[in-house]
Amino acid sequence: MKVLALDTSNQPLSVAVMKDHQVLATTTVTTTKKHAAHLLPIINASMKAAQFEPEDLDRVIVADGPGSYTGIRVSVTAAKTLAETLHIELVGVSSLATIAANVPVEGQLVAVLFDGRNDNVFAGVYRIKNGAPENVIADQHIAFEKLLPQIKKLGEPVVVLGDLAAFKTRLDSQLKEHFISYPQENSLPSAVQLGRLGESLKPVTDINAFVPRYLRLTKAEADWQRQHPKEDNRDYVEKV
Amino acid sequence: MERNLILAFESSCDETSVSVVENGSKILSNIVATQIKSHQRFGGVVPEVASRHHIEQITDCIDLAMSKAGVGYSDLNAVAVTYGPGLVGALLIGVTAAKTVAYAHHLPLIPVNHMAGHIYAARYVKPIEFPSLALLVSGGHTELVYLAAPGKFEIIGETRDDAAGEAYDKIGRVLGINYPAGKEVDRLAHLGKDTFNFPRAMDDSESFDFSFSGLKSAFINTVHHADQIGETLNREDLAASFQAAVVDVLADKTVRALDAYPQVKQLILAGGVAANQGLRERLTAELQAFDSVEFVKAPLKLCGDNAAMIGAEAYVEYQQQHFGKLDLNADPSLEFDFMA
Repeated sequence: MKVLALDTSNQPLSVAVMKDHQVLATTTVTTTKKHAAHLLPIINASMKAAQFEPEDLDRVIVADGPGSYTGIRVSVTAAKTLAETLHIELVGVSSLATIAANVPVEGQLVAVLFDGRNDNVFAGVYRIKNGAPENVIADQHIAFEKLLPQIKKLGEPVVVLGDLAAFKTRLDSQLKEHFISYPQENSLPSAVQLGRLGESLKPVTDINAFVPRYLRLTKAEADWQRQHPKEDNRDYVEKV
Repeated sequence: MERNLILAFESSCDETSVSVVENGSKILSNIVATQIKSHQRFGGVVPEVASRHHIEQITDCIDLAMSKAGVGYSDLNAVAVTYGPGLVGALLIGVTAAKTVAYAHHLPLIPVNHMAGHIYAARYVKPIEFPSLALLVSGGHTELVYLAAPGKFEIIGETRDDAAGEAYDKIGRVLGINYPAGKEVDRLAHLGKDTFNFPRAMDDSESFDFSFSGLKSAFINTVHHADQIGETLNREDLAASFQAAVVDVLADKTVRALDAYPQVKQLILAGGVAANQGLRERLTAELQAFDSVEFVKAPLKLCGDNAAMIGAEAYVEYQQQHFGKLDLNADPSLEFDFMA
């Protein structure tokens, strides 16, 4: 299977071209803030390096969130447009699971945190099973202070990856010897891990309906739903 | 003539649109998914909500545009996209999708200025003749643009504060009319009389610039003052007075520009507010005095945001080989040059 994997869900941008689990080309850039400008040129260069034409692809795999809303939309838009217009398969993988997959230790608990501001995190906790992360605590947007006791309750050593700056002190004092930190590069998303996870997943059945997993409503939408609990909140867009 | 087919994208605000255009002059398909109902819940466009709707819609719109036009990717000559001005998150969906189609199907990419697209909606009425003058009036822009030659757009005057459409929405709110208020204010205006004599800002100045915030404030103050003394004002007359002031300023500046540029062959009226009946009627009357100027109004159906207008302008850029690269980014504050 010929695969293109894309992740622009946070500051790093990562692209990989793979064939039957073998990496043919991969690029990860941590310095760009312009994912929209750089994603297609990097896809183009990676595909050329792998000597693939777009129509050679069998599957596109995309890290579909959580993460920066604008960031995830860049690669999800590219991925769904490639898949729909080339009639190839599309697979979405959690951006948190993609990072958890950096840990190659079977049975290990791994927590991944993205800073969601105001002491909130986008987070998921996984156990590495048959080489792939499986959710132990579902991916969610949650106050860090609510998540921490849940991790503590697991009562096992846990590798914590992601944006740790604001949380390290509390992880240390609460989890004590159960808090395992890895060198920083293990918190970088790798499209190679993404591709590896996505190769064995089932493709989405409705590519047009595929959207990022934001894990959080916009403020406007959340306020509106609170004020209108009974309204059906779909069908707001109509083709005219 | 060889058949040229352009797949065009538009996602700068609250409409996701994809269109297939033949030779810049024939619409084979023009799919428009509008989010108005969604943003009406909030009284105006919420950018993050808009971006989320665009990504829900984008590939479905591509499929529909291609199938309705009855063409395949190998039939296309180019992909075109609005890259600004507009909401950055919204623009990025169209830009990313267009670049992806260009890459995946080996097609050149044509970046299009959204405002140039609005002007080229008039191309579906008749070919544009140069030099030409365009009055562009929308929710985000109010400008007079001089078109010396195909693909050349220069601003000779623009709003110094609110756009005309923005003023409509703001006074519409005061009248209890939900966004977008233009159509309803226009309807009310036709039932009332200009009794309030609101100010015509900058109307006696030499420049071709517009200003609408003074008018908006005068309107709001008048209504608030009446509220305070327990008086109810006639809504039709309020709407008529507001619209008369807007139309006076737009028409006077346009006439002055036509006087200043006597070589102009056409006056093009375009943009969302170009659908306003009061404005259309007034400019039609004013143009009686200009024998050599043809009045070309963008079709009502194409005044709002749509990709067909982008495809029409893109054909001009295609002929001039103005192609973009895969690193094209959205430019939310893109604007035409000012005339030197």
